[in-house]
Amino acid sequence: MTRLTVPKTYKLYIGGKFPRSESGRTYEVTTKKGAFLANASLASRKDARDAVVAARAAVNGWSGATGYNRGQVLYRIAELLEGRREQFVDELMATESLSKSAATTQVDTAIDAWVWYAGWADKYVQVAGNGNPVSGPYFNLSTPEPSGVIAIVAPQDSSSLLGLVSVIAPALVSGNTVVVVAHQNAPLSAISLSEVLATSDVPGGAVNILTGSPAEIAPWLASHADVNGLDLAGAEQLEWVDLQIAAADTLKRVSGPVVGVPAPSIERIVQWTETKTVWHTKSLI
Amino acid sequence: MTIEKAIALAPAERAVNLIGSDLTEKSLKLHLEGLSGVDAVGLEQRAAGLGTRSIKTTSKAWALDTIIKLIDLTTLEGADTPGKVRSLAAKAMLPDPADALTPQVAAVCVYGDMVPYAADALGSAWSNGSDNGINVAAVATAFPSGRSSLPIKIMDTKEAVANGADEIDMVIDRGAFLSGKYGVVFDQIVAVKEACRRENGTYAHLKVILETGELNTYDNVRKASWLSILAGGDFIKTSTGKVSPAATLPVTLLMLEVVRDWHLLTGEKIGVKPAGGIRSSKDAIKYLVTVAETVGEEWLQPHLFRFGASSLLNDVLLQRQKLTTGHYSGPDYVTID
Repeated sequence: MTRLTVPKTYKLYIGGKFPRSESGRTYEVTTKKGAFLANASLASRKDARDAVVAARAAVNGWSGATGYNRGQVLYRIAELLEGRREQFVDELMATESLSKSAATTQVDTAIDAWVWYAGWADKYVQVAGNGNPVSGPYFNLSTPEPSGVIAIVAPQDSSSLLGLVSVIAPALVSGNTVVVVAHQNAPLSAISLSEVLATSDVPGGAVNILTGSPAEIAPWLASHADVNGLDLAGAEQLEWVDLQIAAADTLKRVSGPVVGVPAPSIERIVQWTETKTVWHTKSLI
Repeated sequence: MTIEKAIALAPAERAVNLIGSDLTEKSLKLHLEGLSGVDAVGLEQRAAGLGTRSIKTTSKAWALDTIIKLIDLTTLEGADTPGKVRSLAAKAMLPDPADALTPQVAAVCVYGDMVPYAADALGSAWSNGSDNGINVAAVATAFPSGRSSLPIKIMDTKEAVANGADEIDMVIDRGAFLSGKYGVVFDQIVAVKEACRRENGTYAHLKVILETGELNTYDNVRKASWLSILAGGDFIKTSTGKVSPAATLPVTLLMLEVVRDWHLLTGEKIGVKPAGGIRSSKDAIKYLVTVAETVGEEWLQPHLFRFGASSLLNDVLLQRQKLTTGHYSGPDYVTID
């Protein structure tokens, strides 16, 4: 017996909920050869604004959790990704025309990267922080703290899942919340990741995923005064110099375009932190 | 900002004119019971319809500035200090230090004992009974519950007026109203109105808080609004902000309709002040639309319409910054209340 196909219209992921785009727009997600796969929401600037509001509201809760606790929550996401690996493999085969083995490799690498970053949650402070030698009777301690809300353009050329994980995990580890514009032509793995996040212990608003045109949304995120950091990893096809100039108006931290997918590195964690230095008198103990 | 002189009628004169000189509890009750009932479904549908208007660009810029001019910037906390009142006054005078073109708010609203600090902090910006400047409004009559005896309520009011309050926000005795003792409520409003009289014979503006969240039905809101106007209130105000639900669009619409009816009947213009729970510019713009469509744009002036709010101002400033700079602003760019 033949069955009807069930074409899906995916939605955005903002503040732990799945709203449609405020603009009501959608676009077609196709295979590389042009066959229809699904409809995705085409996010507008107001969706980006709502996402920043949700991300800001989530900063206190997420950054206030202990590093150990954040690590546990992130590990749990890796477990959920593992449980859905078949779905991710199928989606990558469809959207990126990958062979089964290439898609499996990408999913495995993405899960490994996620676990690698999760491990740093309660360790990066020991590496990036320091006890500073000073010429006086003081303890002088520097410790990194999360910047706040990080807006990210996910890598756009290939590896939609691995690229996404490689930019959001390092920002999340230290307690930042993120607004990320997913791979425009292959957003299905980003949408599935948001379904994973919604059923995990990550508080709503800590990760907000927008699908649509980075060229349309990125300028609004770059100039938004309530965004603390701008990751242009996937912006090499955009006017990224203009985006950096817009970001400079509000003194954002900016990370430039990356060719391919950024490799796991502790620098990607530390770049979204601010250093707090405390002086404390040494007294007779 | 220009405030028209307080209406010169003596307390209770409106009721005498309308109901007759044999003003008794019974005649008052018959009059109020004779008001037609409220069509709740129609009211809510009308309010929801007015809330769907889309206000953009230049109209939005006008609306945002109008909202600021209509705000009673309020702090009514047990933890209020003179310092907090001074910072509130500073914000009232210069809402957005980054943009000197931002209009000033209509008034600051504080507890009676904070009036001298508010007046002092406003300095030359204080209207001090004149037509221009920022008013100082004081809540009185055992705010927010209203549970004390009449002499204490009168003392409370007189003290605030003597301290320099330009406007008095009184609460009605909801217990008396709900048990049907309309005469008690009426007499209290009349007495408080009399206590608003200054030494030079002028009156401080009297806003009567109905606390609609405790009145339970739209019919009661209509009766209480009518009663407050009859007794001499210059303004009718929805809520104290201490009870949930506070101001809602249907209740405000209903009160505006009473004000419209009163204007058609007598030619007098009564003010309306929704207070509590209005936190976003989007909500506030819905109220502007409702006012303009119900009683007319003439009411969008500080002496006829006010927003009782504290956090609303920050959201309006953020929206205003978005319009002037072209990019989204954030809470780091406005004061922490």
